[in-house]
Amino acid sequence: MRRLLILVPVWAWLLAFVAAPAVILLGIALGQSTEGIPPFAPPVGPGLVWQGSLGNFATLFEDEFYFDSLLRALRIATSTAALALLLGFPMALAIARAPRARQALLLALVLLPFWTGFLLRMGAFIGLLRDQGLINGLLIGLGVVQEPLPLLYTEGAMLAGMLHAYLPFAVLPLYAALSRLDPVLEQAAMDLGATPGAAFRTVTLPLALPGIIAGFLLVFIPAAGEFVIPELLGPSEALPVGRVLWQEFFQNRDWPLAAALAVALLVLLILPIRLFQRLESRA
Amino acid sequence: MADTLLEARGLTRRFGAALALDALDLAIRPGEFFALLGGSGSGKSTLLRLIAGLDAPDGGALFLDGRDITADPPWARPVHMMFQSYALFPHMSVAENVGYGLRRVGVARGEQARRIAEALALVKLDGLGARRPHHLSGGQRQRVALARSLVMRPRLLLLDEPLAALDAGLREQTGFELRALQRQTGAAFVMVTHDQEEALALADRIAVLEGGRLVQVGTPEEVYWRPATAFVARFLGAANIVEPATLPLKPQVAGAAAYALRPEYIRLTRIGGASDSDLRAIRPSDHRTLGHEETGPNRVMGVVREAAFRGDSTLFVVALEAGGALRVTVHADDPMPEMGERVALAWDPDDLAPLAA
Amino acid sequence: MKRGRVGSWGLALGLGFLWVPVLLLVGFAFSADRIPFQWGGVSLRWFAALAANERLIEAAWLSIRIAAGAATLAMLIGGAAGFALARWGGFGGRVLLGGLIGAPLVLPEVVTGLSLLLTFVALEALTGWPEGRGALTVLLAHGTLGAAYVAVVVQARLAGGERVLEEAAMDLGAGPFTAFCTVTLPLMVPALAAGWLLAFTLSLDDLVVASFVSGPEGTTLPMVLFSALRLGLTPEVNALGAVILLLAGALVGLAMLLLRARRVEGQGEGG
Repeated sequence: MRRLLILVPVWAWLLAFVAAPAVILLGIALGQSTEGIPPFAPPVGPGLVWQGSLGNFATLFEDEFYFDSLLRALRIATSTAALALLLGFPMALAIARAPRARQALLLALVLLPFWTGFLLRMGAFIGLLRDQGLINGLLIGLGVVQEPLPLLYTEGAMLAGMLHAYLPFAVLPLYAALSRLDPVLEQAAMDLGATPGAAFRTVTLPLALPGIIAGFLLVFIPAAGEFVIPELLGPSEALPVGRVLWQEFFQNRDWPLAAALAVALLVLLILPIRLFQRLESRA
Repeated sequence: MADTLLEARGLTRRFGAALALDALDLAIRPGEFFALLGGSGSGKSTLLRLIAGLDAPDGGALFLDGRDITADPPWARPVHMMFQSYALFPHMSVAENVGYGLRRVGVARGEQARRIAEALALVKLDGLGARRPHHLSGGQRQRVALARSLVMRPRLLLLDEPLAALDAGLREQTGFELRALQRQTGAAFVMVTHDQEEALALADRIAVLEGGRLVQVGTPEEVYWRPATAFVARFLGAANIVEPATLPLKPQVAGAAAYALRPEYIRLTRIGGASDSDLRAIRPSDHRTLGHEETGPNRVMGVVREAAFRGDSTLFVVALEAGGALRVTVHADDPMPEMGERVALAWDPDDLAPLAA
Repeated sequence: MKRGRVGSWGLALGLGFLWVPVLLLVGFAFSADRIPFQWGGVSLRWFAALAANERLIEAAWLSIRIAAGAATLAMLIGGAAGFALARWGGFGGRVLLGGLIGAPLVLPEVVTGLSLLLTFVALEALTGWPEGRGALTVLLAHGTLGAAYVAVVVQARLAGGERVLEEAAMDLGAGPFTAFCTVTLPLMVPALAAGWLLAFTLSLDDLVVASFVSGPEGTTLPMVLFSALRLGLTPEVNALGAVILLLAGALVGLAMLLLRARRVEGQGEGG
């Protein structure tokens, strides 16, 4: 069978590097941290003896530090996705209504910053926002403030960076939904007595809803686990789960606890992920 | 004023350098079925969108019942439109679609339900209110669109190619139903179409548009039998355009540059056989007769070049010895000429419609 | 109308927000001042400093090699999976295969990175391979990530009912294999190329997954940049930004030119 020749390597790869990692992650989360290399004891010891425990998960619930980090990540992801929709919707609408020939160029303008290196763009935000940065320099030079404003390492700086990184993810599905929409429908609504506002509310918005939800989730899901942007731009306390996981892994070398955090994050994201996949398969 | 519902004065619309409507004047009477007939680019759809308020004119004005509505937005006009694609809202049920306009103007809930049911009954869609548009057939969707506009009780209903998206078999029947609805509701219907048969069959009056101008307005009989220009003559059913210079025509009307001659009005006579014999008579009741002599005022010689079978008749193209060609239809019951046969063509002078220069 | 204007303002605002930081980053790359984002006259000194920064150059070179390898791997696996999903209606485990190949698209990076690292550690304990962690493990991880993107692009390309073209080829006497090589594969080429490019840039840009699965011998460009940014901004970062934007702009411009050339060619055939 020629099909097997193609399917066997694909299956082998996916089982080894997608399916197995999920199982192993859960396994290690049930294991225990030890001093050693690698620094953990798996839940199944020599001679197939069960030595795992739910201790790590108990820690997540008992220690507010971890529990709050999960909630905080969800809150930040929600704010980021909402901001991205708020800014992305008028953008997508303007692109979808632009002349066909210009749409490709406008989309390229939205996507190109995305190709310039994510870390470099965060570097630009540092350069703009820090105490000796461009914005504070301007404000002091103009005499608006005497002392530099604390802009960097704030929630605002973090959200600005997140928005910059994820805005294209919101614009694309919104554009896809809005460009499919027949403009005649809005005209029909107005012909039947709807003001432009009412036509937008009763026709355009409900028909763009799948795109709106997809755009929200496409930002929300990766933003919930984001590590780099909170690390580079955000405040140094009140950490979201991405940073806590990173700390547990790289600084405290508590691999089982980091794995438990990853599992907890996954559990929280399962509903949004399933919803997103349903939307994608319908489109 | 009583017999004018909608009036357009000097209506002009430009798209870049192109003139879609050129200072157009038009009056539509209350309760009439009016057809705007023209090819693509004639400006007929632009005119419809201007009346609906979906587009604004560059010049001129529109009056409804004598009131200037040129600046009124579409949602404030008591004029409604049935879109060519029907433009049904896919996220709403049939009943929600029909009730959309009632909700916008704040009709009470009970009254809404009553009027929706009434409109659905009018278009014979009772009991389908809960369906979604994509579960309906093309004909049913057309009726939903119609009900959605009629439920608003418009004085003027605009229909953009209302039959174009339907199967050929459904078109005739739906056309008759449109007429019946128009009489029943008493609203004036303004229909845009590119199909002359549709316009002739349905309309009380027809306006023929060409290049953003009205070239003729009249009853179907007037525009069919007495076309004002060569364009109208050609557009309304393939008339022959004959020029007095090339053919010996009598009588000649002063100022007529050419004449329209309908193909069924030509008499064909077989030449060179044992005896000359008549070949055609598409109008069996035609009492006028023509002589058999080879020369005469409205008589030319030609050779049959093409034949197209059309069911109840056959169309022949006869190449004239004097140059040019004439189209002739022969009724199925009558004897047919052979291909390549030499024939004489003659006609009654009264059947020539003079065309303006 | 009014809302059209709101949309245009929104678009201008959004594009401004996206572009102003990037353009400032590039602009200040040409400033002579030692402090980044301070104007001190035009100079190319930071480009020279960048060229002399061996640690950075070395990491960049490693990143490019990893990205090229990972993208090729992703193209093979993702291409095969996308083809199977789009063309073979039903086969055993189709739904599971689709779910697995797409999973990295929706998982947070920290989860993917950590679980892959744990897998590499377990694999080494069981089989002795891969020996330690470094460039190879980063390549494997990025290949897995990239395959998800390639599969999506290929599947979308093949989903358009062009099956009939293969049938036409077979009707004209081509065997299934010949039909695949002469009809389907050429159809897939743009998707494979786009997918390769996507996987390549993804790998070049990835910090999180690489940080988890890499070892002492596998320091990629984003890892060097990240530690530099954590310590404080230097004007070399601006210079690097300028170079990358220039390269990305040139690539996009080239792609648009190629697309336009193909379109003109197509129109020539059509007319």
